[in-house]
Amino acid sequence: MTLTLGHYLSLGAMLFALAVIGIFLNRKNLIVLLMAIELMLLAVNMNFVAFSHYLGDMHGQVFVFFILTVAAAESAIGLAILVLLFRNMNSINVDELDSLKG
Amino acid sequence: MSQTLNASTLLAVPMAPLVGAVLAGIFGTQFGGNWIGRRLTHSLTILGVLIAFILSATTLKSVAIDGARFNETLYTWMTVGGLSMEVGFMVDGLTAMMMCVVTFVSLMVHIYTIGYMEEDEGYNRFFAYISLFTFSMLMLVMSNNMLQLFFGWEAVGLVSYLLIGFWFNKPTAIFANMKAFLVNRVGDFGFILGIGLIAAYAGTLNYTEAFAKAADLSALTLPGTSWMLVTVICICLFIGAMGKSAQFPLHVWLPDSMEGPTPISALIHAATMVTAGIFMVARMSPLFELSETALNFIMIIGAITALFMGFLGIIQNDIKRVVAYSTLSQLGYMTVALGASAYSVAVFHLMTHAFFKALLFLGAGSVIMGMHHNQDIRYMGGVRKYMPITWITSLLGSLALIGTPFFSGFYSKDSIIEAVHESHLAAAGFANFAVLAGVFVTAFYSFRMYFLVFHGKERYDQNPDAHHGHHDDHHDDHGHDSHGPHESPWVVTVPLILLAIPSVVIGYMTIDPMLFGEFFKDAIFIDAEKHAGMKELADAFHGPVAMALHAVTTAPFWLALAGVVVSWYMYLINPAVPAAIGRALRPLVVLLENKYYMDWINENILARGARALGNGLWKVGDRTLIDGLLVNGSWKLVGMVSALTRKLQTGYLYHYALVMILGIFLLMTYFVWLNK
Repeated sequence: MTLTLGHYLSLGAMLFALAVIGIFLNRKNLIVLLMAIELMLLAVNMNFVAFSHYLGDMHGQVFVFFILTVAAAESAIGLAILVLLFRNMNSINVDELDSLKG
Repeated sequence: MSQTLNASTLLAVPMAPLVGAVLAGIFGTQFGGNWIGRRLTHSLTILGVLIAFILSATTLKSVAIDGARFNETLYTWMTVGGLSMEVGFMVDGLTAMMMCVVTFVSLMVHIYTIGYMEEDEGYNRFFAYISLFTFSMLMLVMSNNMLQLFFGWEAVGLVSYLLIGFWFNKPTAIFANMKAFLVNRVGDFGFILGIGLIAAYAGTLNYTEAFAKAADLSALTLPGTSWMLVTVICICLFIGAMGKSAQFPLHVWLPDSMEGPTPISALIHAATMVTAGIFMVARMSPLFELSETALNFIMIIGAITALFMGFLGIIQNDIKRVVAYSTLSQLGYMTVALGASAYSVAVFHLMTHAFFKALLFLGAGSVIMGMHHNQDIRYMGGVRKYMPITWITSLLGSLALIGTPFFSGFYSKDSIIEAVHESHLAAAGFANFAVLAGVFVTAFYSFRMYFLVFHGKERYDQNPDAHHGHHDDHHDDHGHDSHGPHESPWVVTVPLILLAIPSVVIGYMTIDPMLFGEFFKDAIFIDAEKHAGMKELADAFHGPVAMALHAVTTAPFWLALAGVVVSWYMYLINPAVPAAIGRALRPLVVLLENKYYMDWINENILARGARALGNGLWKVGDRTLIDGLLVNGSWKLVGMVSALTRKLQTGYLYHYALVMILGIFLLMTYFVWLNK
């Protein structure tokens, strides 16, 4: 059995689905939410790399580096916000963060 | 006076009374600090009116003898689009005649007022008002455009309102002046619609320019209907005339206006202002001639007024109200003449009527003064011994009113009857009957009043409410000691005499030039082919003497004589007869006593109906639809929608994320599979 593009795409889709489910099912911890978002980005990266390899175009892999960089920066900002949030609210429980409610 | 008329002289005619009115009104009253006394006030205003009268008389002379005419715009007030609003004068035979009548009667009334209002607190105010009235009426008749006509029209209405409510402490007077004002609004509404239609379709307010386009107008119809435009215009204008000239059914204000002091009843509500409608229709004759329908309408309204208002005069016991109903009836005659296209006859009757009706009113006022402000003719009688001048002049006025040959009223009224007889309009049959029957009725009520007041037994002590009747709130402080009547002072009797002279002779003197001569030739237009009545009248006319002699063989003379004889029999010889007839015809008398229930209809059906309509519109239209549905409804709707949508905002991050992802999913589904 050889690995085809389809396998990699399936893996990416599974990772993405896992991340989505992680966002919806998680009711307790904001950190898990951030991790799920990272996972989503990785799923997308996986697709990029797979396409890049099978289509023989290196540009895709260059983009992956950009995305990883941006994701790292984003996680840093997210975590900083999280720290501020915790200072203010004394909680990172997602169910309690409903101040956007109309 | 020069051959041509000069603008500044003409301008002085209305301005002189205005100056008098302003000086008297501001400096003679509390408003300006009572600077000038009674003597100076009446001198100033009389001087103003005297100047106006002298200038009017010279104008009449140059118009009648030298054939001078004047038609110029003196001042342009403003221009809106192509429509310019101007102040200007147009002087021809009609205007010159009206100017003289107005200023002459006004002058007489000014002099009379010195005596009549002697003990009234509002003496100076009264002079200011009547001078202002003279100014307004002159602006009305001298105008060369419809806007100025409308200004004068409204200004005389305003002064009439002020004067009917002159004794503003009297509730009935306040009621009467409000009624006059409101009823006139109905008429004025029609009038301004008519002017607006002319302005819209002829594009001008100037008489001459508008009449030049009359032929074009007659070809048009009112958009959206098949009505002739000119008919609509004429009927609208005539509705205005109905209000001002108190024609049925807008007549209800005139009898009540007798709440005002007697001099203004003579000046405004008999001689001049109420004839403004007649004057206006005569002035607009080039338009009215184009519409047969409007002329029929005018004739019917006039005939109803002439006959049925005369009936009401029979049962009135207030001396002024008898004369007031007589005025209504005579205005009806004039209107009938207008309907018969005999405009010059209507204006002729207007002039003679102005003199003898002013005389009758001033005579009635003199009697009221003599009777210590008792106005009820049931408690008079035998006054002729005490008030000889008033007696003679009133007799002359009554004779003129009923159309005794050689008196002024005879020439005008007989010409009206003849003109209606010659008319070929559909309404002429009814109108002919009405004016003939009206002659008998006029003679009957005039001489009923005359006999009850001046002849018969003295019944002064039978008045149950003497001295606390109509006028208990003002100058009732003379003559308590003696109950007998007394002749009025010279300021009252001189105007009576001066008015009696034209009442007798003016018809004889002027019938030839006014009806059959050139005097009104360029002022009044008659379509001789369609309305040949005036021509036939002229053919039958062989001088005033022949006309008067011929009258003995015609019906009106005998009808008038019958009216006099019947009233003589019923009120002097056998006073039991009227009471017996009254009992026998009880329902009829009740109908007349209630003035055909016109007031009842106005108050209970029109006024109450209008109030119910207003209430309905207020509750349904304003409160439910506008306030409830539109104003409050829109905020309630926004509130309801937002109450629903706020439920979508849970505040949980994962809900927002879900929506975002679902949205992306849907968009991608759309772009990838459905949008190929």
